[in-house]
Order: sequence, then C-alpha cells, then structure tokens
Amino acid sequence: MPITHAFLLFFIFSSLQPTLSLYEDQVGLTDWHQQYIGKVKQAVFHTHKTGRKRVVVSTEDNVIATLDLRRGEIFWRHVLGHNDVVDGIVIALGKYVITLSSEGSILRAWNLPDGQMVWESSLHGPKHSKSLLVMTNVVIEKDNVVIIFSNGRLHAVSCIDGEVLWNKDFEVESLKVQKVIQPPGSNFVYVVGFAASSHFEMYQINAKNGELLKHESAAFSGGFSGEVSLVSSETLVALDSTGLILLRIRFHKGNVSIQQTPISNLVEDSLGPAVIIPSSIMELFAIKINAVTIFIRVTGTGKLEVVEKANHETAVGDALSISEGQQAFGLVQHAGRDIHLTVKLAHDWGGDLLKESIKMDQQRGLVHKVFINNYVRTDGSYGFRALIVMEDHSLLLLQQGAIVWSREDGLASIIDVTTSELPVERAGVSVAKVELNLFEWLKGHMLKLKGTLMLASPEDIAAIQYMRLKSSEKSKMTRDHNGFRKLLIALTRAGKLFALHTGDGRIVWSLLLQSLHKSEACQHPIGLNLCPWQVPHHHALDENPSVLVVGRCGPSSDAPGVISFVDSYTGKELSSSSLVHSVAQVIPLPYTDSTEQRLHLLIDADKHAHLYPKTPEAIGIFQREFSNIYWYSVEDDNGIIKGYALKSKCDGTVADKFCFGSRELWSIVLPSESEKIIATVTRKLNEAVHTQAKLIAADQDVMYKYISRNLLFVATVAPKASGEIGSVTPEESWLVVYLIDTVTGFVLHRVTHHGSQGPVEAVFSENWVVYHYFNLRAHRYEMSVIEIYDQSWADNKDVWKLVVGKHNLTSPISSYSRSEVVTKSQSYFFTHSLKAIAVTSTAKGITSKQLLIGTIGDQVLALDKRFLDPRRSVNPTQAEREEGIIPLTDSLPIIPQSYITHNLRVEGLRGIITVPAKLESTTLVFAHGLDLFFTHFAPSRTYDSLTEDFSCALLLITIVVLVAAIFVTWVLSQRKELQDKWR
Amino acid sequence: MKSVKVIVSFVFTLSLLSFPSSGFQSDELLVDDEEFGLEGSPQPRSPEPILTRSPPVTAPTRKRHSDLDSDSKIQFSLEHAFGDSDFSPAGTFSARLKTWSHGGQTLTKLRFSRNSFTDEDKEKFKNLLESDDFYRIRIPSNVLSPPGRDFVISSVKARCLPREGLDEHFVIHMEGVNVLAVNYGSPGCCPYPRNLKFPAKWSFSSHTVLKNSEQAPRAPVFSEEILGGENAEGEVVQPPERSFWAKYWMYLIPLGLIVMNAITQAMNMPEEQASGQGQLYLVWPRPLNTEINLCIKILELEYFVGSRISEVKL
Repeated sequence: MPITHAFLLFFIFSSLQPTLSLYEDQVGLTDWHQQYIGKVKQAVFHTHKTGRKRVVVSTEDNVIATLDLRRGEIFWRHVLGHNDVVDGIVIALGKYVITLSSEGSILRAWNLPDGQMVWESSLHGPKHSKSLLVMTNVVIEKDNVVIIFSNGRLHAVSCIDGEVLWNKDFEVESLKVQKVIQPPGSNFVYVVGFAASSHFEMYQINAKNGELLKHESAAFSGGFSGEVSLVSSETLVALDSTGLILLRIRFHKGNVSIQQTPISNLVEDSLGPAVIIPSSIMELFAIKINAVTIFIRVTGTGKLEVVEKANHETAVGDALSISEGQQAFGLVQHAGRDIHLTVKLAHDWGGDLLKESIKMDQQRGLVHKVFINNYVRTDGSYGFRALIVMEDHSLLLLQQGAIVWSREDGLASIIDVTTSELPVERAGVSVAKVELNLFEWLKGHMLKLKGTLMLASPEDIAAIQYMRLKSSEKSKMTRDHNGFRKLLIALTRAGKLFALHTGDGRIVWSLLLQSLHKSEACQHPIGLNLCPWQVPHHHALDENPSVLVVGRCGPSSDAPGVISFVDSYTGKELSSSSLVHSVAQVIPLPYTDSTEQRLHLLIDADKHAHLYPKTPEAIGIFQREFSNIYWYSVEDDNGIIKGYALKSKCDGTVADKFCFGSRELWSIVLPSESEKIIATVTRKLNEAVHTQAKLIAADQDVMYKYISRNLLFVATVAPKASGEIGSVTPEESWLVVYLIDTVTGFVLHRVTHHGSQGPVEAVFSENWVVYHYFNLRAHRYEMSVIEIYDQSWADNKDVWKLVVGKHNLTSPISSYSRSEVVTKSQSYFFTHSLKAIAVTSTAKGITSKQLLIGTIGDQVLALDKRFLDPRRSVNPTQAEREEGIIPLTDSLPIIPQSYITHNLRVEGLRGIITVPAKLESTTLVFAHGLDLFFTHFAPSRTYDSLTEDFSCALLLITIVVLVAAIFVTWVLSQRKELQDKWR
Repeated sequence: MKSVKVIVSFVFTLSLLSFPSSGFQSDELLVDDEEFGLEGSPQPRSPEPILTRSPPVTAPTRKRHSDLDSDSKIQFSLEHAFGDSDFSPAGTFSARLKTWSHGGQTLTKLRFSRNSFTDEDKEKFKNLLESDDFYRIRIPSNVLSPPGRDFVISSVKARCLPREGLDEHFVIHMEGVNVLAVNYGSPGCCPYPRNLKFPAKWSFSSHTVLKNSEQAPRAPVFSEEILGGENAEGEVVQPPERSFWAKYWMYLIPLGLIVMNAITQAMNMPEEQASGQGQLYLVWPRPLNTEINLCIKILELEYFVGSRISEVKL
C-alpha cells in the first residue's frame, strides 16, 4: 500500500510539471540573459603578457570583475555581499587581484586568469577608519608585501598566502590617515594624516618590520578640509578648512613644512571655496571652484602656478608612469556633443601625447571617471587607451579616436519597470529590413520539413537552430497577435530610462532624464516611480503611449519632487517639471481622460493630494468620483497605518484647485513594544480575475472568492526579532500578519505565528496571499497561504434565485457593508530563503497560477500554486483528487526542472515582474538584479497555440497528397465502374 | 453579581466624593458622572456644546480593586465626531481585566453603554446624513493608560447606520491591553448607492465584539511512519461504488449506436439493395475535471480557429 501511495504521489508530481523544463535546442528561443557589473569605481589594467587584454574593475554594486579589453565581455565576475563594499583593488605578482573590502576588514586574493579565490585574510583594528590599500615593491623573505591601512591599524600582508607579516597601531587617538606613500626604491613608507583637524602628522615606518623610524607633526591653525593630492612622493597639497587657502605640505627627510598660498593670489576672479580633486600626479594637481576646474603646477622651488582653467566639465584620471621619471595622465573634457580625450605628460603641460575628439551620445551625460592605459603600437610608439565611466553608469573603452566598446552598466541598478505595447503594424511603418523574402521563407520551411522528417544533415540542423534563434519575428518593432513583443521600460538609479525589446533584449532607445539630472536646484535627484501615463487604445494608430517618471530631489521624503513625461516609442522627453510639493506616494487612479491619459494622485509629505494631469477635464472626472477615493499610508517606523479620504480643498495658503486635503478616517495603532511592521503587500492593480466563484467539487459546493482591490497585507514582528535570524529565542519572537481593508480600516484577518521571524516576502493575488518567513522552532523556512472567501455571497448558490433575479450579483459592492469573510490557511516548510516572490499573471486570469520564487542562489523557481492550497489534506477523496488537490506534505517540493532561469543566474536578484501576454496561456517574466533575464512562461503549458516546431509544410503536403490520392482513386473507381457496366 | 456590587460601590463613592462640598444640585456639566452610570438609562445631556478637551481630561481613570489583583475592572471611553468636527465623549466601554499567571493581561466581558444623542448631536447627524459624510469614532489605543500612543480611529458613512434606530457594530481588535484597531460600521450590509434615510428613533443598538489574535495553524509535521501506518490500517476512504451506467457509459453509447446503425441498415436492406454506407461515429470520452479545464477546451478551439492559424501563415 505505501508503495502504491508513493507511486501515486510520484505520478501526480510528474504529471504536474511536464513542460516547465525545456529541451536543449529551445534555450534562447524566448529567453535572454544579460550580465552587468554596475558603475565602475576603480579599474586596474593588467600590463603583463596574457593579462594585457584584461582590465580588472570594482564597482559600486560590490562586484569585482575582469573585462576583455577587445570586446568588453566579462571574463569572470564575483558579486560580494551587499555589506561587503570594495575599498580597493591592486594587481600583485602579475597573477593575483588583491581586493580590500568590508570597510577594510577583509582582504582577498583572486587568481587573475580564472577568478578563483586564492586566499582570504581578515584584518582587525581598534577603530573604524578610512581604508587604504597600497602595493609596495618591498620584499620580505621572498614575499611581496601589500600594505593596508584599515580600522586604525597599519598591516603588511604577504601577497603569496595572505599572512599578516606585521602590524602597527598609532598612538594618536584622533588620527585620520589620508595617504600611505612608498617613495620609489625605498624600504620605508610614509603614513600621513590629520589629527584633531589642525595637526598634520607624519610617520615614517620601516616597511620590512613595521618599526617606527620617525614621527613628526606640524600644527596649522586654519585646520584642514577634505581630500589631499599627492604632487611628489614627499609633498602633499591640501586645503584649509575654509577652502580658500592652498597648503603645500612637504615632509622631506622627516621635516614637515607647511606653505600657505591663498587661492585668490593664483586666480583673480575666484568665487567661493574650492575643492581638491584627489590625484597623485607629479608636480600637478587640480582644484574645482564651482564648475571651473583649475590645474596648478607645483614647481621644484615650491611655487604654485596656474597652467589651465577649464570651464567645461572635466574629468581627470590618475597618473600612469610610462618610462623612467615620466608620468602621463588622462583628461577628458566636454565640448558640445564631443568629448576631448587628452593624455599629457605630467611635467610638460603643453606637450600632449595624445589628443582625440570623440563623438559622444548625449544620452550618456558627463564623464565621471577616466582610467588610462598605454600599449606599444605596431610602429613601436606609445599608444593610449582610456576607459571612461559616464554619468549613466555606462563604461566605454576609447582607443584611436573611436569607441571600441561600451557597456550599459546602468541596467544593473533598475529601480522600476513598466511595459509598453509596440506600434501597430501598418503601411507607414517600415519593417522591411527585418522581413524575409519569399525564397528565404520557402527555404526555411523546407529546412524545417527536412528536420521533421529526420532527413536533415548536421549542418541543416545547425541552420535550423540559427534560424529559430535569430527569427526576425520576435524582434520586429510592431505588435504581434500573441502580445509577446513589448517594450520593457526601465528606470535606473542613474536617472536614465531604457526601453528594451522583449524579443531579444536589445536597447531600443535610452534617455538620460533632464529632470533627474544633477543641477543647482536639485542636488541629489533620485528616481522613484515609473507609471504608464497614456496608453492609447482608441487612437493607437496615431498616438504614442507615454510614461510618467516621478523623482525627488534628495533622500528625505519632504524634498521637492520632479516629474517628467516620456514618449514610449521615440524615447523623447515630452515635458518635465519641478514640483513645488514633495512626493511621498504615487497613486494611479482607475480613470482616464478623453486623451486616455491616466489620472494620478501624488501625495506629498503633508498628506495633500495633487491631481495630475492638471487639466479642467481631469478635475471634472475627479470631482465625479471624489467621494469614492480613499488612500492609506503606512508609517512603518512608528507602526501606525492610517486611512484617508479627500477634502475638497488644500488647507495651504496657495489656492490650487488641483490640490486636495486629506481627512483621517481610520487608524490602526500597533503596540510599539510588541510589533514592528516589516512588510506590506497589496494586489497588483491590473490583475485580471476570471471568475469569482470557486467550485468545490468534493462537496458539490461553490465558494466565492473575496476579491477586493483594497486589501493590504501587513506583517509585523517583535521589535527584538527584527534583526538577523537566530538573534532571538523562539519564545520572544512572533510574527503577526494582518489583512486590512484600506477603505474602512477593517482588520479582516489577524493571525499570529509564534516563534517565527522575518524577513517576510509576500505576494498577494486574487483572494490569496502567500508569505515566506523563518520558523525558529522548526529551524526552517516556512511558507504560508491565506485564502479569503466571501460568505455574504453564499446565498447566490440557489439556481432558482438566479432565475427569478433575487440575487445580489449585480449590485455594486460597498466596502462599508460588513463582509463576512472566512479564511483558510495552511503552512508548509520550504527549503530556500527568498530574495523576491511574484506570481504569474495572464491576460484573462483563466490559466492556473504559479508562484515565481527568486531563490537565494539568484535563480527563479516556479512553484505551482496548488502546492500552496489550504485545502490539501493527507488523504484527499477521489473527488478532491480529480479537482487537482495534492495530498498533504509537510514541505514544498523543489523540482529541479522548474527553474525557469534553467542553468543561468540572475546575479543580485532584486525583483521579478510578470506581464500578461495576449495569449492566455503565457505570461512574460522579467527578473532583474545585476543581471537581466527575460522569458516566456506558460504555467499550464501552451494549450492555446501550436508548438514552435509545428511544421506547416508537412501539414500542407499531407493535405495535397490526400487530395491527389482522392482524385486518383476517384478516376480509378470511375474507370472500374465503366468496365463493370460494359461487362 | 460581583460586578453589580462593584458598580454600586463606585457610584456610592462617587456621590460621596462629589456631593459633600456642595449641598445643592449643580448645573455644572459632569461628564465623568455618566461614565459610571453604566446600566442607567441614558440621561439627556446638558445642552451646552462640548468643547474640545485635551485627552487627559476626558480620559477615564482606571479603577482597580486592590483585593482582586487578577481580575479587575476597567473602563475606557468612546469618542465620536461628526464629519470634521472635534471628538467628544459618546459612551463608555467597561470590561474586566484578567491578569494571567504568565503575566499576560486580557480583557473579558466587554460591555458598552452609549450616551444618547443630544438635540445638537441629532442635528449634526442629520447634516451628516444629508451630505453623506463620515461619522467618526475613536478609542484609546491603550486601555490602561489612555490614550496610549494614539487614538484608534474608525469611521463609517453616516447613511450606513440608520435602520429602525441606529445600528452600530464594533469589533475591537486587542493585543493584551492594547487596542490595535476598531472596526466600526453597521451590522449588516450598506448597499451602494446609499439612500438618505432618517432613523425612526434616535437610540443606538450597539453590538460589540472583542477579538484577540488567532494562532496560526502549525505546519503539518509528519513522517513516513504515520503515512505508512495509516495506509496499513486501510483508512483510505474507498471511492463509493459507481453505478453500472457511470462506469461503462463510454462503451455503451458506441455499442448502442452501432446496434442502431445495424438495425437501420437491416431495415433498409430489404428495400434497397444499394450499398448503404456505414456511418461513423466518433466519441471522445473526455474527463472534464474542473471548470478551468472546460474553459481551456473552449479557448483551445477559439484560438485554433482564430488567431493561431493566421499566425502560422497558412
């Protein structure tokens, strides 16, 4: 009996997931995967032999990667944890990449060719400080030494095995070390820094054993500010605390001397305080006053002289020694649409080694960083290439006056994604270049036919595969029947919008938003939301859809907002404006005006609602629905959830008819000593629900799903338990989940999980919510499901009532009616911890749902919702089984074939977005993190379309052959009949 | 019975406390007076408008019996507001505070006494009804030290309340002594569009429910033995024996058809010697499990006929 039971289970499981996995030749047909690294922080070129073709980079997204210098591809890449910020990278011994990370406490060496980790050592120190990593050429017992200053301590570490050879503490308490310098060819290092903001401290330390050779200090009453520039191995340039006086600090042979030069002596019309651009170029440094960059030379006698004042935006790279005593550095200046790359010798301003002008895409913004590298040309002279990092986080390699390659690394930091339909196919739109001619079409079908009849040679098979992958169908710029082709519009952290084609993932257009551009008025703009603004259905042929981008000037919620409107087809900014109010919440309303612009409410920090678009028509529509508009806010820091209705006027002084006040209708006050909000989830606004009724076949009954768009799922934990898993005992931690109606503030359901802890990831769809948390008692992750059913509709089951019309099916549903809901819930163990969770969504909501789980391994796993059915029981009856109820198990199965990312990883996975295609069976899945992944996914197989390898030609031929056969037999039978009659 | 005694003693002490100083019947507004008149018939309130008071003044004081530490009485007030007006006292909740041995405290035996509307309140409420505005109530978020961190507010469209009288329904969600939320509304449905209807009599019939958090069901933990054991005992419910027709209909129908066909042919045979062609009947026995399946089938057909064929460019 157990055997049959197990067999049955196996049968059910195997029949559940028949086509989630795919065949080898199907990879890449509907899916694409793109790898990114994020904004580059530091780049180190490798100069030895085979490594010449590579550059090692560290990024702001904590990635260490080596890139191919010829094509810009990733050789290898390591994504460190989100709190493991990379402080510095160097190349040691020509084969190791040494990285310092995690605030200077972890030092790792990676093998340069393949990225394997060679060793790791942790460095500890007495206090938190700036972290510096310096490669030295000191050799201790055949070990090359790398010197690290971190956590207030100086360490010397062997490059071979990561052993700490010596370390040294500094007795001055307030020492802020700025630089660690090793003069070339010497066996000691200088450690220089400021103490108590007005003392300059210099330590000379023997690099062999850490012995203190000399300690000098000098006081400067004006204090120091900001960064320092190194102009020789024994001279620094710094600024005083006012930013008006330049200080040249020389510590030659242990004697510290400070020489002051007011900036006004050098530059006549200097305005305001200056900022030093940190660099280490011999005899040269740069300061920035407002937007003007000034290059100043330090002569041997200590005189300062201005060599150039650049009014354009300028980026300066670090020095590169090209030959003995000669240093070169790179400089990029903007001039209109072009950028000028100049490589100069440090000691000779006039002599340019290289001067190139490159046409630059305006949508990349300003150059933020320059890294130069030299190589030997075929004619024996020096050539230079430059790696530049742009404002939109993209990375470009410039060589010989051209852009060799570019990487759109802005896509590694997507904030928000929306989709847009493509233009309707019509005569005016040229699609000719992707259209096939008849001959090719026929050839293709012949090949396919051959493949089907198994007559194809290996070359033919390769050709078929290539044809399928490069099918022009999927990358056309027009709408298709199935709704597979769409534009994914993504807003990135750099304030750039990208439109990606779902067919092949190429960038259709990109736009650096002017409204999210750093300016005088808006110092730290950040993008917040991306909403579809105008989706023309009636005017789909002559109007383009547009999106609304909402941003804010600064991290605090009361900073003024910015909005802009962007055309989804052309990528042009239609208009943009800075708002007088702040933006705390963006609420798309379910109303559109006559031009099909969606009405939006922007809630500011003072709880005023601002209506957009600001047209009289919009206000007319809004006034009609005024009393039916409610909104809510979750103050998760003090545990209060509040609901509001709108007042007809703003209570501010300015008369603004598009501004509405709010009145508090309800509030839920969670006790601060026992509950802390950690997650809130709502249903997707545009989700389609096919039917409200759910048949319970087992008892011949109907249940009505409680489908309200105004439900909010809230999860709270004990404040103590909001930390890491395992920081509290099961007795003092609990998880409470709420289902709240956001119109009336009714708590429809509240349930406590004792001994459980966050983090909570949840997804809400139709009438159910699934959430994931950690169970401390069972030492396992759990997933729970809550399904909500409406009892007040239960009377409608009587058929006679329906016939006579005594039902309440057509009456409008009001939130103020007391709803009798029943909930069913069940919990299951789950092996993985989650990064994200989503649910498939289809056009009509008929197809059964699957949960898409972003696992800790950065993959996306599909899990049938039927596994999370609260009605599962140990022994389902025959009727229940027919209905598809799976026998109860204590944990959810992870079926290896149901990873929809198959063998790929979406590194740093942050979000999963599902978009319905027009074809009911299929949903489009887009997962983003550092990488991007897109695929089509059919939760219940593609029951409504022919498979990809369906051969039309074979069908045609079969029909033709049949018809021919009919004719032949007809003629034959005629003839026979005639003969019979003559007989 | 004990509670009644307690109340009586309260009223008594109150009268002792408040009256000895002045021998005459004062016309001073005594709000607290009503709070302790629990079961007493609603007294008409003094006509003076009740101005906003700071919460500590209106907040009721907690009374506790020193000898009954584990089971003490507690009161907290309900306040209401008409539209955007300020909150004013509207009634009192009284309950027993039960202290459990493990330190937790819960409220039990919640009772509610509503102050009846004054004429002015009635007027305000009528205005609310006419403008379809909100009637708002609030209670303190902590019943031991009101108002706690904040008041818990709830509101309802005033037109939802009138039936015969004024029907209201409170669901108070508690966590220990903290009030998390109060769901306030009419006990039944409140169909939209809401019609203007004035109550026949201005008295409230109130229902109060106290709700504490539920425990979540535990994840089912079972091992192979239990599963096997159950099977060994043969607890699996055998599906009920189906009728002969239910079992074999898929064979019977074609058989019937064939028989009928044969009979017709046999009947036709004597008349015409011509070759009567045998009719072919196709029968698909398709198990239609669920509604979804049915829809899928329909869709399948639709798409086959419609979009798909044009898509594959036949």
